[in-house]
Order: sequence, then C-alpha cells, then structure tokens
Amino acid sequence: MQNFPAYTDTDLQSELSTLNLGPTHPATHGVFQNVLQLDGERIVSGVSTIGYIHRAFEKIAEHRPFYQITPLTDRLNYCSSPINNMGWHLSVEKLLGIETPKRVDYMRIIIMELARIADHIVCNGVLGVDTGAFTGFLYMMEYREAIYEIYEEVCGSRLTTNVGRIGGFERNYNDIAFAKIRKFLETFPKALSEFESLFNRNRIFIDRTKDVAPVTAEQALSYSWSGPILRATGVDYDVRAMNPYCSYDEFDFEVPVGTRGDVYDRFLVRNEEMKQSLRLIEQALTKIEKEDPNIFHADVPEFYLPPKEEVYNNMEALIYHFKIVMGEVKTPVAEVYHSVEGANGELGFYIINDGGRSPYRLHFRRPSFINYQAYAPMSRGMLLSDAIINMSSLNIIAGELDA
Amino acid sequence: MGKITNEELLQKLKLQFGENVSNVTESYGLLTVDTTREQIIDLLNWLYNEPVLQFTYLTDITAVHYPELQGKEMAVVYHVHSLVNNIRIRVKVFLAEGDINIPTATTIWNGANWMERETYDFFGVNFTGHADLRRILNVDDMTVFPMRKEFPLEDPNRVDKKDYFFGR
Repeated sequence: MQNFPAYTDTDLQSELSTLNLGPTHPATHGVFQNVLQLDGERIVSGVSTIGYIHRAFEKIAEHRPFYQITPLTDRLNYCSSPINNMGWHLSVEKLLGIETPKRVDYMRIIIMELARIADHIVCNGVLGVDTGAFTGFLYMMEYREAIYEIYEEVCGSRLTTNVGRIGGFERNYNDIAFAKIRKFLETFPKALSEFESLFNRNRIFIDRTKDVAPVTAEQALSYSWSGPILRATGVDYDVRAMNPYCSYDEFDFEVPVGTRGDVYDRFLVRNEEMKQSLRLIEQALTKIEKEDPNIFHADVPEFYLPPKEEVYNNMEALIYHFKIVMGEVKTPVAEVYHSVEGANGELGFYIINDGGRSPYRLHFRRPSFINYQAYAPMSRGMLLSDAIINMSSLNIIAGELDA
Repeated sequence: MGKITNEELLQKLKLQFGENVSNVTESYGLLTVDTTREQIIDLLNWLYNEPVLQFTYLTDITAVHYPELQGKEMAVVYHVHSLVNNIRIRVKVFLAEGDINIPTATTIWNGANWMERETYDFFGVNFTGHADLRRILNVDDMTVFPMRKEFPLEDPNRVDKKDYFFGR
C-alpha cells in the first residue's frame, strides 16, 4: 500500500471518472475529502484531504495553564471524551509526580470503559447503517443514551464531559450514578447479544463486510495503526495491557484479536471489547466498595482545584484556586510521553515542560489521524460501496483527525 | 515492564553508533538520545532490524522549536516502540534554523507519511525524499509555519475585532 497521486499524465483519463467522496457525503462527517479515480465502480486511486476543521489545539494548549487545557482534550474524540480527558490528566499527573488513590483509579476505569462502550456502540451501529441496517443503530442508541445519563450524573454534561481534574474528579459519583451504572450493567449485555444476533450471522451483513478491506498485521504495523483495527489484524497491542495505567494491571480482562483484519473482524473485535469493558466495570464496582466512599481526588491542594464553597470561605482554598487558575503553580522542567488506550487506538500526550505557566510544547498523538492515512491506499481496487463501509469500520472521529 | 533495560539498550546503541548517540537522558523512564541528521535513518533502521530489539512500531514523529538555542533551533522527535520487548525510545535530531532538512522515515514506515507532513505543515521541517510533502491541516497557500514560536496566538484581550465594529 502506497499513497498514489490521484492521476498521472499517462493514465487514460477519458476512461476514468473523478469522484469527490466527501466532504459532504453522509459517511464522511463533513470533513474528509477523498478525490477518487474510478474505473466504473472500482477505485483506481485516491487522495485524502483533511484539515477542514483544524482548530490549532496544540498552539492553543501552549498558551494555557495545564488546568485550562482540559476542555480542549474533551473535543478530540467527542464520542468518548472521558478517555481523552483522563488521558490528559494521567499525563499531567505523571509529569507532576502525583499518585492518585485507588478509588480514583477505579472511578476512572468505570468512566473510561463506559466511554469505550459508547464509542463502539456508535461505530458498530453506523457500520450497520452503512450496510443498510438501521435497526441495530436505533436499538443501541438507547444504551448510549443510558451512558450519557451516567455522564450527566457524574459531571453535569453529556458530550464534552470535562469530568476529570488533576488528581482525580471534580466531584464524587453519587448514589444515583452508581445505580445507573449497575442498571446499565444489568440491561446492556442482553441488548448487545441481540445486536450481535442481528448482524453476526446476517447473510447481507457478512457479504458486505467479510473479506472487505483486509489488512495484514505487517501492513497495519507499518501504518502505525493502533486500537481495534490493529487488533483485528491479529496484533494484540493494547495499551491497557501492555503499559497499564489506572491500576488496570489489577484487573482481569482479555484483549480480543481478529485473524483476517477485514471489516467484519473489526466489527467483531469491537463487540468483544464491549464485553470486556463490562467485565472491567463490574470488577471496578466490586473493588470500589472496599474503599473509602469519600475519596475522589488525591490530596494535592496545589494542583487540585478546590470546591467553590471552600473558595468563598477559606483563605487557603482561595489562594490555591487563584494560583491554579492563573497557572502560577510550580511545575517541573521535564518532558513526558504518556498514552492511554482510546476507543480507536493509542492516544498519546507528549508534553515538554519548561516550568512555566503552560507546557512549552504539547503534542497529541491522535489515533484517528494516524489510522486514516491508510484509507486512500487501501481503497485502491475496491468497489465504491466497499470504500464507504471501510471508512465506517476505521472509526475516524473528525475532531480528533483534524485537531 | 520492558524485557530489556534502558542500560542494555543504550549499551547496544553506543556500541553501534558511538559518538553519534549523545545527550542521553531518561525522563520518566523513557530513554532519550540525540543523534545527527546523517545518522537518524541508519539508527532507526538499525533499531527496526536488530533481531533482539525489534523497534518496529513508530509511535510518533513531531518537532519542537527552540528559537533561543543557537544552531539547534529545531528538534525533530521520534518515539519508537518495540512491541516484542515493550520498551520505548525517544530519538531527537537538532537542526539549525537555516537548514532544516532531514531524511524521510517513510522508507521504513508507511505511517511516517502523514506524521512528517504534519511536522512540515506546523514547523517547516523539510523531510527530504518524502514523496508527497504538502501541508496537511492548514491551507495550501499559507506562508508561515504556525507552530514556530515567532507566531504567538492572537491576544485574546484585543478589542478591535469585536462584532460591533463589523455591524454585527
């Protein structure tokens, strides 16, 4: 697979047609443009263009105190923003040398795994829609809604959650949140198995996805793929298992892998991952019961933003609040790379800190950006209809791709 | 935890590249070394092909602009991962402002393609030998490389861009 130009002078252009697949095609989220050369319905070559919603995240981050970078991270992969959010805070905590209490780790695992499920629900649901099956998508939306209600309970917002803080969470999970999580754990497995029975042995779905866009492990690794699409090729690289963070090493879970690396395998791997996420949440809920229910952040007053009522009544809290918001806290001169397993791959944060108010340089390793570059080369020789399904199966999120 | 230690990795690197591996640090456990523009592709190739190491996974390529470092204004940073040994290494190449050319790593990984295009787009680093070195996130006719330090963000407090000046 190589990136070929859209056409060359030697091509018989009179026999080929040029098609703009996106950015206004429904499958391209309004931001992916692919200029394809078609021979009938078969793609001869293609060039991908991105950048339509580039928002200069890294530049903005260089001008903000660490605390104020949090809302930027929410807007990367907005289908699973808590993972981005936690990834950022874990990176900063690594930089600052903050150790979080076990309960915070478990709370983080719960919210991150819920986010992973929400992301996979959308991706696999949309994959069904692109093969003509709308039912599964509508059916699973109810459960994404249930996850959004849990988000709402723990932080007040649904999409760009802004749930984490340096050292822990902005607020504790309340009883209603735990009740909703438990209800989700009870009801979702049945829905997931129904969703699977709708697709896994469906003749139309199998014909549309099996052996479509197969990628070998070597090709996937060469393209620096990560996440479910890499694991679908048979490589069991999962950051949670390989470089555990948030006490993932205490948990019992498997890393599902595929064999063929085609669209069907990517779909199956995501479904299996949702089951593993449920396992992780169950274990976290059991572990959390043994911890002090009042702990939801580390004891780091110089970095953890104090609650508002304390700011109004306590001089120390007011001073810390001011210093944190204005970025006046001392940070070490160091550089750190930390990554978490995002819903669609390895989400890395590379921070170079000079001890100032903001990071000297901040780079996001965005899985969507890196995964998507293989799209045009791998589409060569494919039917146009297969290219659409292939795009859905890669789970490219526009906000993260363009950042 | 990694199967080989940073010390072993560094020893092998030193043995192979000698003086071309310098400024060794270990920030938060991640071995970081500097090398030269002439050696970078050989070094990455060696890391990739060395049977014991097998750094076959390119995690990231990016750059950092240090305008105050005379003759070392631009640092190109590679993060490479050995999945077999579960160990990462960070390799840096410092380039002078007037001559920011460096050979492309697309000869080793296909995935280096867009990472290098992004680095070019933001910093203007010229990856020689890259087949398609164009801007990727910014518009093609942009004349500056916006992540360089000489381009600060617009002052958020400026008032001359308020809506009412434009009849809105």
